[in-house]
Amino acid sequence: MSVKQFRPGFDRGFHNLTFGLSMFVLLLLVAILAYLVMGSIPVLKNQGLSFFISSDWNPVKDLYGALPAIIQTLVTAVIALVIGVPVSFGIAVFLTELAPPWIARPVGVAIEMLAAIPSIIYGMWGLFVFAPTFGVAMQHWTMANLAPIPVIGPLFVSPPMGIGIFTAGIILAIMIVPFITAMMRDVFTTVPAVLKESAYGLGCTRWEVVHRVVLPYCRAGTVGAVMLGLGRALGETMAVTFVIGNSHRLSASIMGPGATISSSIANEFVEADSKLHTSALVTLGLTLFVITFIVLAVARLFLLRLKKQSGH
Amino acid sequence: MSVQTPVTPTTERQVSSPYQRRMYMRRRFISTFHMTMSHVVTLLGLAVLAWILWSLFGQGFSALSLKLFTEMTPPPGSDGGLLNAIFGSVMMVGIATIIGIPVGLLVGTYLAEYGRYAKISAVVRFINDILLSAPSILIGLFVYELVVVPMGHFSGYAGAIALAIIALPVVVRTSEDMLLLVPDTLREAAAALGIPRWRVILQVSYRAAGPGLMTGALLAVARISGETAPLLFTSLNNQFWSTNMNQPMANLPVVIFNFAMSPYDDWRSLAWAGALLITLAVLGLTIAARTLLAAKSRMKG
Repeated sequence: MSVKQFRPGFDRGFHNLTFGLSMFVLLLLVAILAYLVMGSIPVLKNQGLSFFISSDWNPVKDLYGALPAIIQTLVTAVIALVIGVPVSFGIAVFLTELAPPWIARPVGVAIEMLAAIPSIIYGMWGLFVFAPTFGVAMQHWTMANLAPIPVIGPLFVSPPMGIGIFTAGIILAIMIVPFITAMMRDVFTTVPAVLKESAYGLGCTRWEVVHRVVLPYCRAGTVGAVMLGLGRALGETMAVTFVIGNSHRLSASIMGPGATISSSIANEFVEADSKLHTSALVTLGLTLFVITFIVLAVARLFLLRLKKQSGH
Repeated sequence: MSVQTPVTPTTERQVSSPYQRRMYMRRRFISTFHMTMSHVVTLLGLAVLAWILWSLFGQGFSALSLKLFTEMTPPPGSDGGLLNAIFGSVMMVGIATIIGIPVGLLVGTYLAEYGRYAKISAVVRFINDILLSAPSILIGLFVYELVVVPMGHFSGYAGAIALAIIALPVVVRTSEDMLLLVPDTLREAAAALGIPRWRVILQVSYRAAGPGLMTGALLAVARISGETAPLLFTSLNNQFWSTNMNQPMANLPVVIFNFAMSPYDDWRSLAWAGALLITLAVLGLTIAARTLLAAKSRMKG
């Protein structure tokens, strides 16, 4: 009789296959870390920890100091957050509290489309459209109005080329706004209508409802969204590489050219001909990995807390 | 509730004292201010989107011609097309899809079916989420050390592997989410008929989650189509027509990067055309994914 028999082997096999591939995901992260560590050994052996505190990046003399790239990575990301977070918050409030559905839907779709555009497009647009117009105008303005101020003046000194650290920060902000907005909107919609209605019933204004009801209810999710945006801004490569100007110099100015970790790797990796140069770039990558890992892990922990709170 | 509170019919009484009135105006002002700002930043966001699309479409369409699809990338100072880059991108994205999507689907299957409540699944989910938003240039560095260094040269395969690693977490995430949407009663009904678990998964869960799984796959393809950073030092670039995946291979994102950074006008206008092609492809895939999902939720009623 050729009746199909139950063969437990198949089920066991399929179970093991899916389990094995899941372990592969874990292995992948470990392998990425391991390869980055291995690749950084030469330069760390050669220069020790001064790699992280020296600001002298000189491939010709085979001397590598990562401090400017690390600091400028953080500075661009902070500029992006300072501009991007309030804007994202405003758009999310508009989409969830103010706009009627027939506006909120298409605007929401537009925001999601903006998030899908590849970062190289933002970079190109930044270099060819944004920097020559707005960027230059901005630098002229800061040179004329902010640079003469004592103490904080040097922050704003730059040649009016349009490109630089601040321009990179703005392009990053434009990139992360749709990303953060979409997440904030999703979080804000989880607030039970009853909570908001009770607040309105007590006579609260719209802003009071947003500030005292929606935000406290969504604190974990909002922080998680911002941290994910930060992770993205820290690691973004192409959008920054186009507009930052690529100069490994630590200067006081946030308007002038600079280099981030990812832009250094993108620009120099293929051309690096000494072993030490390659290793220095891999070590920069390792540094970026560690920074973003911490940021992303914190973000995920916040988002996990949100999930537990809403009872999924 | 038993005590009858006196009804105060006039709102004027509530804001009658000058202090209360000032307070009320202040609160209204603060609220109006913030709500106005909210409108303003939304308009600002839409204006920037319009500005980006305007310049992209303006510059891209004027550079668009049939030559893009029939000629190779030119040397500086002469015109040509992007055929080799388009072909290379399609090959690499294709191979990355063939590797990344099945693996991602199976991992998602483990997380949603066999290992839904296992402790290790929480760890896998966490690590997968980290991989999902890890900087893509690090994946490029990793594949360089893993594939390019041992092989001794850049290659299309290395690029495809890097893209597959980027696609993987996207597929894992969406397929787990989509499989979790399948009601357990369906699985139980199948199990009650004596069907083994693996067939329940293949013939019940996968079929019920079909459009959702497709959506995940499309989103993953959209994500890797525009990735540039991981290709810079894995597949590198190639100025000529090459179908050999074992050699450096041209691809749209890296060609766009190199041409846009160059001082030659011909190259720059090709870069704009390439940027337009990529954006149209990515937006097309994203829209397709959205409509699939919308069609599915309509089917459900």
